Amino acid sequence: MQASATPGERGAWRQSAPRVAGWMQARLPRDARLYQILFLAVLLGSGVVARDFALRWEQAALTFAAGMTTQLLWARVLNLPKRNWLSAIITCFGVSILLRADSLWVHPLAVMLALSAKFVVRSGNKHVFNPANLGVILAITLVPGAWISPGQWGNDLAYAAWFVVLGALVTQRARRWDISWVFLLAFLGLIALRIAWLGQSWAVLGHQLQSGALLLFAFFMISDPMTIPNHRGARVIYAMLVASVAFVWQYQMYKPNALVWALFLATPLVPVLDRLLPAPQHVWRQS
Amino acid sequence: MHASSLHARFARAIVAVSLAIGASAAHAFCGFYVGKADVKLFNEASQVILARDGERTVISMLNDYRGDLKEFALVVPVPEVLRRGQIHIGDRRVFDRIADYSAPRLAEYFDDDPCAKRELEEKARMAAPASASMTMQDKGALNKALGVTVEASYTVGEYDIVILAAKESDGLETWLVQNGYRIPRGASKALRPYIKQEMKFFVAKVNLKEQAKTGATMLRPLQFAFESKKFMLPLRLGMINANGPQDLIAFVLSKNGRVESTNYRTVKLPANMDLPVGVRADFQGFYKAMFDAQAKREQHRVVFTEYFWDMSWCDPCAADPLSPEELRAAGVFWLDGGDGDTNLIGVEPSGKPRVKRPAPASAAQPVMLTRLHVRYTPETFPEDLMFQQTADRENFQARYVLRHAWKGDPNACPEAARYLESVRQREEREARALAELTATSLNELRSKYGIKAPGKRQWWERLWQESRETGGAQWLSYVGG
Repeated sequence: MQASATPGERGAWRQSAPRVAGWMQARLPRDARLYQILFLAVLLGSGVVARDFALRWEQAALTFAAGMTTQLLWARVLNLPKRNWLSAIITCFGVSILLRADSLWVHPLAVMLALSAKFVVRSGNKHVFNPANLGVILAITLVPGAWISPGQWGNDLAYAAWFVVLGALVTQRARRWDISWVFLLAFLGLIALRIAWLGQSWAVLGHQLQSGALLLFAFFMISDPMTIPNHRGARVIYAMLVASVAFVWQYQMYKPNALVWALFLATPLVPVLDRLLPAPQHVWRQS
Repeated sequence: MHASSLHARFARAIVAVSLAIGASAAHAFCGFYVGKADVKLFNEASQVILARDGERTVISMLNDYRGDLKEFALVVPVPEVLRRGQIHIGDRRVFDRIADYSAPRLAEYFDDDPCAKRELEEKARMAAPASASMTMQDKGALNKALGVTVEASYTVGEYDIVILAAKESDGLETWLVQNGYRIPRGASKALRPYIKQEMKFFVAKVNLKEQAKTGATMLRPLQFAFESKKFMLPLRLGMINANGPQDLIAFVLSKNGRVESTNYRTVKLPANMDLPVGVRADFQGFYKAMFDAQAKREQHRVVFTEYFWDMSWCDPCAADPLSPEELRAAGVFWLDGGDGDTNLIGVEPSGKPRVKRPAPASAAQPVMLTRLHVRYTPETFPEDLMFQQTADRENFQARYVLRHAWKGDPNACPEAARYLESVRQREEREARALAELTATSLNELRSKYGIKAPGKRQWWERLWQESRETGGAQWLSYVGG
């Protein structure tokens, strides 16, 4: 096609390309959460279909029903003008993807607690805990018959590539991409050092890199702009801290689910960092 | 899918046929057998029992070594210097019992006479299961130069055991070579990660005099008890002399729930489907073919769950549940303290029942068995296998169903013809399921299991034949049902 095009045609294309991009940008929704929801839906769907995620459809349905109800009730009680459905949907997806249970009531309970904490546990103008993270932690510590399956993803390379591509899209739109990359760099860097020290095969790093759990965490949990420090420098410190705690949890204490625990344990530091290094708070850009 | 829900349908009499997979093919585990002639390095399949609660762990390893006993040696990384009392000689029979109890199984059902008008029964009666004497004297100076310390040495049963601490892997390799062990190439590299983590090495060889006293032809299993934060199996060490994919069957005994891998995907084997009755003649062959096909489909990257059940019962039982003594022999240490233990598990009324129901709530602390089967290669399992205990208590078993058709006169009653047509369709579905499971072509299966190919019938033939056979008015209800 390129070969047969005249110089004039090529020039026209050069002129129109930015215009098309601009048109697209104007038409596409700006709110990054819509992309997140789309991505998480694809992820959950393919996980259930192709990866035998042990999630029953009733569990997912109850999760969403409980999540929406909780969000609505709190918005009514506190007389909030905005219902904020998008964030609640994201939390429901996060809990459905991560949490496993042998009964029907664990998922809705977890999501109710998680979303309620958003309205109750607050510091300044922000909620403190990432709702999905908190819901999962509360479920596995307090509720019998709940667990996380960190190995559920498998190590499919293509799978991981999808994560990176789509995840990058989301974080870029959320303008908080820095924390994801800093976290990944720090965590994988520590793992690489350990591999070198132990003299293990570098295939181990590839094995870690291809884990869906790691990429989901980096791009969809720690990147949540509402529960991380506002200041860029503080975010870098925070990401490195979470990575270090996760590393110690996994390789010194030999406990499972290092990532969610590390984020949970580090969360109380966010208000402190916000006070030490103040910066304007993130606002979701809506379409 | 829950097993018992399937029992309800079409069931009249059920026969469970069990299968002892791999028991004869098992060779070695985590560690390598070292042969001076570089031969008989069996490392293709291994069985291990892992009992764990909190940080307390008991590992039992089955040695199916068939070579010259003089050349047998086993190297296993352990988290601490084991004392004499932490090492024990186990009983091979426990492996057989636990393998039989958790074996993949066939359940057979016989269709009712379609002419007999009565409620479908839900009886589930199960029938019987078919089924170098190196010296450890003071070579202190040399050891020191190599950075190897002999932390302890014992003779336990037929084994001469040393526990080694090493500073660097080359030194350890040299030490092993100088002391009469021939180490496979690459051993040093594989040993290094364990040395860096300050693990010790349990090295065993056969004491021929003691071995002769036991009168046994096969080596008895070695058991170690220790405490460790790590819930893992050192799979990598066994890969040094790997030649193609290797199999590991791990029987994991836990107190609270199913055990799964945290760093590899854990997948339940496809199970609980109806298969052609011809499978009965060669269930082992079927199971091996199916496992091969599934392992290949997952590219040797996953851990398969073959069984998960509370060990106080089973349904159907491939073998009776283990008695408390047998469980203790398998390394279960949390049964202590109960009074009258012998009655708590595996209660045996007269006449062996084929279904063991859950024990009453007063029973001792539960024992859950997760049977994991891994087919791994050095490339697909770059890290040791890490585990976690989940809160999952939903039972699972590799169970396959055979439905025997009623054999009678197609003209006995209108229902008979209708029934026989449904059998034909069922057989076709079963053949397709078998083809899918074993990744074999339908035609090959048809000749192997004697499954008739369905006649090529036109859609209108089916339509009108049906209505003719069933007396016209009833065909719609059949199609709908």
